[in-house]
Amino acid sequence: MTITTLRRQLLAGETTPAAILGKLAGEISARDGQTGAYLSHNLESALAEAANADLSLPLGGIPIAIKDNINVLGQPCTCGSKFLENFISPYDATVIRKLRAAGAIPFGRMNQDEFAMGSSTENSALQTTRNPHDPARIPGGSSGGSAAAVADLTAIAALGSDTGGSIRQPASHCGVVGLKPTYGLISRFGLVAFASSLDQIGPMARSVEDCELLLNALASADARDMTCFGPSDRALTPAGDAKQLRIGIPKGFLGKGVAPEVAAAVNAAVEFYRAQGCAISEVELPSADLAVPTYYVVATAEASSNLGRYDGVRYGHRSTVAGTPVEMMTASRSEGFGPEVKRRILLGTFVLSAGYADAYYVRALRARAKIRAEYLAALAGVDVLLTPTVPTPAFKVGEKASDPLQLYLEDIFTIPANLAGLPAISVPCGKSGHLPVGFHLVGAPLSEAKLLAAGRLFEAAHGYAHQQAAL
Amino acid sequence: MSHSHIDVRYVANLARLELTDEEVATFQPQLEAILSHVEALSKLDVSGIEATAHAGAIFGKMRDDTPHESLSQAAMLQNAPDQAQGQIRVPKVVTDA
Repeated sequence: MTITTLRRQLLAGETTPAAILGKLAGEISARDGQTGAYLSHNLESALAEAANADLSLPLGGIPIAIKDNINVLGQPCTCGSKFLENFISPYDATVIRKLRAAGAIPFGRMNQDEFAMGSSTENSALQTTRNPHDPARIPGGSSGGSAAAVADLTAIAALGSDTGGSIRQPASHCGVVGLKPTYGLISRFGLVAFASSLDQIGPMARSVEDCELLLNALASADARDMTCFGPSDRALTPAGDAKQLRIGIPKGFLGKGVAPEVAAAVNAAVEFYRAQGCAISEVELPSADLAVPTYYVVATAEASSNLGRYDGVRYGHRSTVAGTPVEMMTASRSEGFGPEVKRRILLGTFVLSAGYADAYYVRALRARAKIRAEYLAALAGVDVLLTPTVPTPAFKVGEKASDPLQLYLEDIFTIPANLAGLPAISVPCGKSGHLPVGFHLVGAPLSEAKLLAAGRLFEAAHGYAHQQAAL
Repeated sequence: MSHSHIDVRYVANLARLELTDEEVATFQPQLEAILSHVEALSKLDVSGIEATAHAGAIFGKMRDDTPHESLSQAAMLQNAPDQAQGQIRVPKVVTDA
């Protein structure tokens, strides 16, 4: 069931917002015990909102699941961390205001890797989330709860956040659509910061059309986010005819540890576009190999700074270990953060420390500029770049837990879009055995309409039934 | 960037983290493996490339300085771990000598 279908039924009087919520609550009780996508939900307050839903609005009466790092007034916002286990949001994030203004009902707090750091949701300190297509496997991450619920039919659509692939990678692993918009298109006010020059909020849904509906509701200028485009500089490039898109295939990308079934599914998508009339060409991105190392310097540096705010003073966990204020802060942080968060804070602190900042941080910022320049140059000659979203299908829970570096390489295809601030989408395109595979499109800044048009063209020919987990 | 050594305890202290011996033993090789991966950056020719801290073209934007409603004292205190008389309470900062 998609937003589009439900909206039609709501307008025809065939269902009600309360009935949709009741059905979701039933699905959650039936299956989420196994999947573990929801950390909590607010059925009572959602039903109260449903009673007053304005069906004339674009998302009128539609419940939207929210990743647990986006503030919703009166609801928990744990970020998957013990540190914020008891935190209750005192305000709505701008994206929540936008959803409400479009008639949608925020419903549910979705599990994630702690502070969005991870690619499997195994770093959540609160709960394990499993892939609805195979409960032995990870759903991807960090927006794993959002992706798993949409695939498991326990949510209609969801919001995620994406710093290095955290929307697109779980979307690919769970067989749903995930869009990371251009840096600056959607306000981050009320999103708990991880790496501020990379973080973006975006939609995750069962169809490309639903992602577009959500994007239209979310994208707007916001005086509370100084990195968000103003009203006059945010116009999207028109999509044009999707059958005339020029598609670039980065040279050598399919060789990089890509599983044969993933390569086959992605190649079939390329052949589909070729048959539709799209011009396919090979493009060079010589520095793309350096995206992962660049990312793990820039993202951890920013994280070490952003997470400095968790000191146990104003909110969150405070250690009961008595002592000086500094001892209290140190103990609160050491007790409240999980291992991946500590690892990244350590790495980020190191690359910013005296004697190392030039060699690591400043050098990574220059590498980032080079990667961005190469992507923009490639995108001057083609409309979109097409690759797999992830090199391999979802792995088993625990399989990569002891080797963080291996896990970081999950994001090899998704990270460049964050470093360069570009929009990107993951669209399901087949399976490897019983596990979903997605392809990934990256475009120039503000080219979301092209990505969505390309996605719709593929979806219209392939349907989206194959994206849903076998129930 | 020639060697990937990291003094984990020193860095932890900078970050206000206290690590157990077990954590140090786990993090040390993991961080060194990540740092050797990062060393690939030293091979990149970045001459003439200016560092960029941002991916977009939005710099130094200012908003109008207009008064607007903010969160109430009660809302700001609702998550405070300890409070008294409408203020957040912390351990004593200055102690008797």
